[in-house]
Amino acid sequence: MARDTLTGSRIRERRLILGLRQAELAREAGISASYLNLIEHNRRRIGGKLLVGIAGVLGVEPSMLSEGAEAALISTLREAAADSGVPVAELDRVDEFAGRFPGWAEVLASGHRRIATLERTVETLSDRLTHDPNLAASVHEVLSTAAAIRSTASILAETGELEPEWRDRFHKNLNEDSLRLSESSRALVSFLDEGDTGEDRRGMPQEEAEAFLQASRFHFPALEEDAAAPEDLVRDAPELVSEAARSLARAALEQYQADARAMPLPALSRQIRSGGLDPVALARQFGCSLPVVLRRLAALPEEVLGREAGLVICDASGTLLFRKPVTGFAMPRFGASCPLWPLYTALVRPHVPVRRSVVQQGRNAAAFDCMAVAWPLEIPDFGADPLYRAVMLILPGGQEAQDPQPVGASCRVCPRQGCPARREPSILKEEF
Amino acid sequence: MRTRTGLSGRARREEILLMGRHVVLIEDEPNITEAIRFLLTRDGWSVDAHTDGATAVEVIRDADPDLVILDLMLPGKSGLEIVRELRAESAMQTLPVLMLTARGQMRDREMAEKAGVTRFMTKPFSNAEVLTAVRDLHAQAGQG
Repeated sequence: MARDTLTGSRIRERRLILGLRQAELAREAGISASYLNLIEHNRRRIGGKLLVGIAGVLGVEPSMLSEGAEAALISTLREAAADSGVPVAELDRVDEFAGRFPGWAEVLASGHRRIATLERTVETLSDRLTHDPNLAASVHEVLSTAAAIRSTASILAETGELEPEWRDRFHKNLNEDSLRLSESSRALVSFLDEGDTGEDRRGMPQEEAEAFLQASRFHFPALEEDAAAPEDLVRDAPELVSEAARSLARAALEQYQADARAMPLPALSRQIRSGGLDPVALARQFGCSLPVVLRRLAALPEEVLGREAGLVICDASGTLLFRKPVTGFAMPRFGASCPLWPLYTALVRPHVPVRRSVVQQGRNAAAFDCMAVAWPLEIPDFGADPLYRAVMLILPGGQEAQDPQPVGASCRVCPRQGCPARREPSILKEEF
Repeated sequence: MRTRTGLSGRARREEILLMGRHVVLIEDEPNITEAIRFLLTRDGWSVDAHTDGATAVEVIRDADPDLVILDLMLPGKSGLEIVRELRAESAMQTLPVLMLTARGQMRDREMAEKAGVTRFMTKPFSNAEVLTAVRDLHAQAGQG
């Protein structure tokens, strides 16, 4: 069932949450109860004034009824279906499932996210066990010492007549090796325990850091006013369990603070009010580089910016280092994202600002105004290859563009057919 | 050059020839060396023990032993490299080599076999296993 035909289900759900009877809502909206019944069962399309009226009675934005808030949820459910390895016959009804049973859908999606996190942890640990030279050396030390002890002990136990000189020597060896074994095995255990002290049970460090930033909606008044240091905010944050996550969050906040000093909030707010949201003009006005401006805009409260804003930052390998989500623009939690994002266009053309109106494939197909630029991390030196990063600001809108560029989230959940950038087949058979 | 036994190289070789069965042991774990030396000496072997992988090929070539016991992870040169170099020499192609290692994965075994190791034994091993392996390898070499 298509997303826009689920408006009725959302109306019904919202009505039931409010404890309204069908007749009451119908009366308030000025329609008959039987007509409302048809709408609620998705047998009549609804839009225009009637939708606005019903949304008003239900106390929600009309878009919440017409579009729902399940885009990210549906994307995760599709990933879950793909990862299950089992053909899911009802894949084409995923929208209906998310619309009718949002609670259960969220349970399934969080289970999938948890599995993905655990799989990453297992991969990390396996990698560590296989390739860690310290671990290999520790294991070798333990086994070699055990071999020496075993050989020596069995000589002492099984050899009937042993000359006193040999016996004393083997006793001494046994004593030395047993001490060595206890030390090397203790070192090995503490090495293996290092990653299991409860620190990383929550998930991957990047996820902890993102949860921390999300808890403040990516805006930190204390840093805006220079009233606190990043370390103060990171130290006791409940979201940051592991040291790795604290380190990531600290680095993000240090960048935030430097950006805020370069573009102070009061002056920036005034400039946006008077000159609009023009990153290049802002860069000139404040004497800042474009990456600073794009990061800064994404860190502003929605009331200052006048709209929601998302941000992604990647390194030269294309790996996403930072994600600030924005409604309707799906970002993969794990794995690579769509190579058609303007972020990657910018990455291959360092210093050249790239602005594209994009539309993410899918039934809701919202348009976004994306502005991206890549910059070298440090001042490039002669004879050394600079390390680049790219940043992309994502603003809802961009419908004014005649021909928005189609992009996806990641290949697995992208329905676009004949895409030259496709890395792997999609799990979606239908073309939206 | 004087060996660990205190005899000159020539005197040592003469002693070895008199004793008959000679093994070169390359192992950097001194107490394993001590235990194996004790076991094999009691079994009638003369044991030349060395710890350095870098000089191992030269030592083996000079000693011309009946059998070699090699650790896989050695300072200077790995046991696998030593075996490959030995097998490249026509006189050493049938020399029995027993490899001792803490790495017992299938991949390690396959690599050892490919390099030319005659038998592969993982640590910790029992004395009886080592003794049996040494006797078997020597007997097989004698038949061949």
